[in-house]
Amino acid sequence: MPGTVIRKTVAIGILFIALAILPHFLKYHHQDFLIFLVINVLVVVSYRLVTLTGEWSLIHAVMMGVGAYGSALLSKQAGLSFWISFPLAGGIAAIVAALLCFPLFRMTQFYFLIGSFAAGEAIRLSWIHFIKPFGGTSGISAIPSPELLDIDFLEPIPYFYLVLIIVTICLFLLFRIEKSRIGLTLHAVHWKASLAESIGVNTWNYRSLAFITGSFFVGLAGALKVHYIGTVTPKQFDIGFMVFILIWVIVGGYRTFYGAILGAVVLSVLDEMFREFNELRPAIYGAILIFSILYLPAGLESLPQRLKRVFGRKDRQMERT
Amino acid sequence: MAILEVQNLTKKFGGLTALNDVSFKVGEGQIHGLIGPNGAGKSTMFKNIAGFYTPTRGDILFEGKSITGQTPSRISMSGIVRTFQETTLFQEMTVFENVLVGTHNRSRTNIFSAIIGLDRLIQQQARTSAMQALEFMGLEDRKHQLASELPLGSQRALAIAIALVSKPKLMLMDEPFAGMNPEETRGMMQLTRKVRESGVTIVLVEHDMKAVMGLCDQLTVLNFGTLLAGGSPEQVRNNPDVINAYLGGSHQV
Repeated sequence: MPGTVIRKTVAIGILFIALAILPHFLKYHHQDFLIFLVINVLVVVSYRLVTLTGEWSLIHAVMMGVGAYGSALLSKQAGLSFWISFPLAGGIAAIVAALLCFPLFRMTQFYFLIGSFAAGEAIRLSWIHFIKPFGGTSGISAIPSPELLDIDFLEPIPYFYLVLIIVTICLFLLFRIEKSRIGLTLHAVHWKASLAESIGVNTWNYRSLAFITGSFFVGLAGALKVHYIGTVTPKQFDIGFMVFILIWVIVGGYRTFYGAILGAVVLSVLDEMFREFNELRPAIYGAILIFSILYLPAGLESLPQRLKRVFGRKDRQMERT
Repeated sequence: MAILEVQNLTKKFGGLTALNDVSFKVGEGQIHGLIGPNGAGKSTMFKNIAGFYTPTRGDILFEGKSITGQTPSRISMSGIVRTFQETTLFQEMTVFENVLVGTHNRSRTNIFSAIIGLDRLIQQQARTSAMQALEFMGLEDRKHQLASELPLGSQRALAIAIALVSKPKLMLMDEPFAGMNPEETRGMMQLTRKVRESGVTIVLVEHDMKAVMGLCDQLTVLNFGTLLAGGSPEQVRNNPDVINAYLGGSHQV
């Protein structure tokens, strides 16, 4: 057992160092892409926490927007520094999520899916209709970037390091939650809610806990994103982005912690590679989704085991001949 | 003394009366059987006691206090757990994890101490008691297997282990012998007695008459949602109403 722990720690360490030097070898717009990729990893992993209880919501992108708008307003209107508005952004998303628990978790499954979509659209449309303070369709622009010593966070590389450090900490916290007793109970609520209740698990509480915690982290991700771009609009958090989150999780696989990360990274990189064929991009994306559902129903995460099985069979055939 | 007392319980589903004015008592430390033909209302009774249904009328007292209409998780915290009719387990988890979830009531943690690791002592205790429950049910060799991979008898034993690890005072067992061969039934009967000897009162719903007669101290017989008879297995066996209900009056022919 300790051997695998050491091996895993070393692997994560190498990955971290590789990521840290990577931007120095990239072109400017690829550096941008890398920043958004790391933020999106936090988005999918926080979404995974929500789905652990078996309830797939369609409000996650909007909760990201709640954090983004929260941080943008706090830093621009109230004049707070990024270092204060950023954690508050998570808090605001968590509070909004906590209020939404009361209507939403009276529903389950399909009804919950639709209910969460409706609640999300209500929030998103209020950003459009309440021009004061949300700025309507054009949103809020000129959001100040973080200030620390003399570091220029308008440049991609310093901001990338900031994002990398914050996301790594968040991923660690999310990993701890999933591996704790709370994570185990969330799994239990998913697999058999009635049995979990009969041994004293308040399923309402645990579903809410997962939803609120997931919203907190995605709120942070939203703040990270808009403090880099400098503008926040309702369009960034629409159902289109939500569908991307769903696709990443489905293609990556939702059984393990790294499945969702794998989905986000692989699909984003593929999407970036097909940038030249702009008109074809949605079609290629759709084809990948259909292909992966047909041939990899358990997601990219199942690929290593599958390969092992295929090669194992070949070995055995060779022995026989 | 009576640990569970059901008083004049009525449960209606629309126009259908599933239970009509049923009363009975369960003595502490006993194995109490709830029997009756199909559709007599046995499972409905269980769901009312465990909080999955809310009674239309009547009262349920546990240790002298009313638990009528409370949520399943609240009732379970006061010491009543139920096992399910079909083998209801966390199928995709290992045997050990299944039982670990069962310790939920007694070893709670909050999200912050779970992140920092302050709950290590609680975790340790939970693991120890989960392991004890597995040993008690004879499942310790299978603890790393997935619950879905177990044979039927072991799945039932695991369901009891999950219930047992929450240290209940009263266990409601829904058809623990359904679908078992005589060999498995005998094993299950022994386990049930063992659970009782550890200080847990048991109420069970069962169709296997041989098992019921051999196992139970007291019986309550339901028929079409009403109380038909009650008493020791001996008394119930010789009650003409019961014979009538089970054989549909054909003994008169």
